[in-house]
Amino acid sequence: MESVLELRDLTKHYPTHQAVNCISLCIKPGEFFSLVGPSGCGKTTTLRLIAGFEAPTSGEILLNGNSVTSLPPYRRDVNTVFQSYALFPHLTVVQNVAFGLERRRRESKIEIREKVKRALALVQLSGKESRLPSQISGGERQRVALARSLVLEPQVLLLDEPLSALDPKLRKQMRGELKSLQRRVGIAFLFVTHDQEEALSLSDRMAVMNGGRLEQIGAPRELYQQPKSRFAAEFLGEVNWINGTGVRPEATRISSNSPGDSVSSFTAVVEGSTFLGDCVHVQTRLPDGAQCTAELRRQECPFRTGDPVYVWWHASDELHFPIND
Amino acid sequence: MKRFLPEYAAAAYLFLYSPLVVLGIFSFNSSKVAIWRGFTWDWYIRVFQNSALLDATLNSLIIACAATLVSTIIGTLAGYALWKKRSPILTNSLYLSLMTPEIVAGVSLLAFFEWLFRFLHVQLGMHTVILAHVSFCLVYVVIVILARLRTFDSSFEEAALDLGATEWQVFRYVTVPMLLPGIIAAALLCFTVSFDDYVITSLVAGVNSETLPMVIYAMARKGVSPEVNALSVMITVGLGVLILLAGRLEQRSGGKARRP
Repeated sequence: MESVLELRDLTKHYPTHQAVNCISLCIKPGEFFSLVGPSGCGKTTTLRLIAGFEAPTSGEILLNGNSVTSLPPYRRDVNTVFQSYALFPHLTVVQNVAFGLERRRRESKIEIREKVKRALALVQLSGKESRLPSQISGGERQRVALARSLVLEPQVLLLDEPLSALDPKLRKQMRGELKSLQRRVGIAFLFVTHDQEEALSLSDRMAVMNGGRLEQIGAPRELYQQPKSRFAAEFLGEVNWINGTGVRPEATRISSNSPGDSVSSFTAVVEGSTFLGDCVHVQTRLPDGAQCTAELRRQECPFRTGDPVYVWWHASDELHFPIND
Repeated sequence: MKRFLPEYAAAAYLFLYSPLVVLGIFSFNSSKVAIWRGFTWDWYIRVFQNSALLDATLNSLIIACAATLVSTIIGTLAGYALWKKRSPILTNSLYLSLMTPEIVAGVSLLAFFEWLFRFLHVQLGMHTVILAHVSFCLVYVVIVILARLRTFDSSFEEAALDLGATEWQVFRYVTVPMLLPGIIAAALLCFTVSFDDYVITSLVAGVNSETLPMVIYAMARKGVSPEVNALSVMITVGLGVLILLAGRLEQRSGGKARRP
């Protein structure tokens, strides 16, 4: 399939550091793609390069096969949802959403009004048209920011940590809405976040970024289950490291009796457990001093501190890295 | 120490405002000397019959309006440019201009105009006063605009660019409207500063461009006239309203420029 957005060897140097280092990436039409990584990994800079707020040191950005590398932001068919939303405080909700259409002057006033109305209905904000941004809630502001960008029907919508300004409960709700919104409009989303759970749950495909480079690109399941580097493995979830082998806590089993010779098992001592509501994390220590955490369901946890146990897992759950780093 | 804070404050205000109160009271005194002889509106009426005063007031208003208009436009653009370039040297040099003693500024302007007149065959007059006023008002505008811009988040401008606005449209539809309370506050400040300037004005004014402060100064030298008192009360009240308005607008723009 033709890609809607393509980055070719994109690089951005700053005098003090290299923010983005030779990134190549293809995003397909209608895809929900996440860029995930710790803060300072270059993911926001990548987004700003695509939007046109910064000029790359080298490399190319292609939209539908055409280079937009040297175009100013207002000539690029991409739109951004900012972390702070950046809604114009002196304009009402309707005026904010109509801002882009009015600058573009492609539609008549009546058409603009119709489009704005539809965009507000899409994000369930009908009835708040004449409010100022300061008169609506944080979640509503987020929807206005989405409507303001989506009404222009961009090739790609860039989202810079759009959920981070919301409180945790609202964040989970908006996560679901964002996904269904993306499905309905069919526009490719490039979503930047430092929250691996957000990226795993929302994305069709995602990329893990570290130190200005892409560590790995793939479907969430693939990245989680077959990470290609230690960094990717540890960024996307917890890992137990035993004799150089990585195992996720939820794949780690504990039993009082030996599981037999068909699986690799180790003797260990229970050091403690953490109750997390829906599950329990049991910490054990192996004779060589390595720590190993197992995630168990509440009912499956009869172990007490000091109990001698066996920790084991299925070979298929082991994480292997082709590159040793 | 803390117990007497209200008293200290009261003393400071008394010291500040008692001359103005005395001025106000004697502007209604029916006697010419500083002894209370009864209430009268006479001096206020006389102000409006004094053509020298009225002409000077008109001159002052024309100069203040012209200087305000020009310096607000240039100053806003200059402040915006300084903010975009983020040059600390250029920004700090503004304060040098603000700290230059007025008499030095006046003499330098006079020297500048006289040098200029060797090439252009014009004389001192209203235009030189306006130019001089623009030159010292400009600093106030730039400083007020820069102060406003310090709390202005550039992601608003990026958002506008992102939505398809050209750089000019960003300035026109986002930056200026968001700075508007600050711009108005700067203009009011300019008007006030220009309206009551004496030192610089008296140096660069030619014939027929006498301003109100110059006429009042000349009148006051011949002895305090209740007519001057009355005029002073009217100016104080007028400018006082403008300053209060400027202060309120500044506060509002400070609150509005922040993120919603």
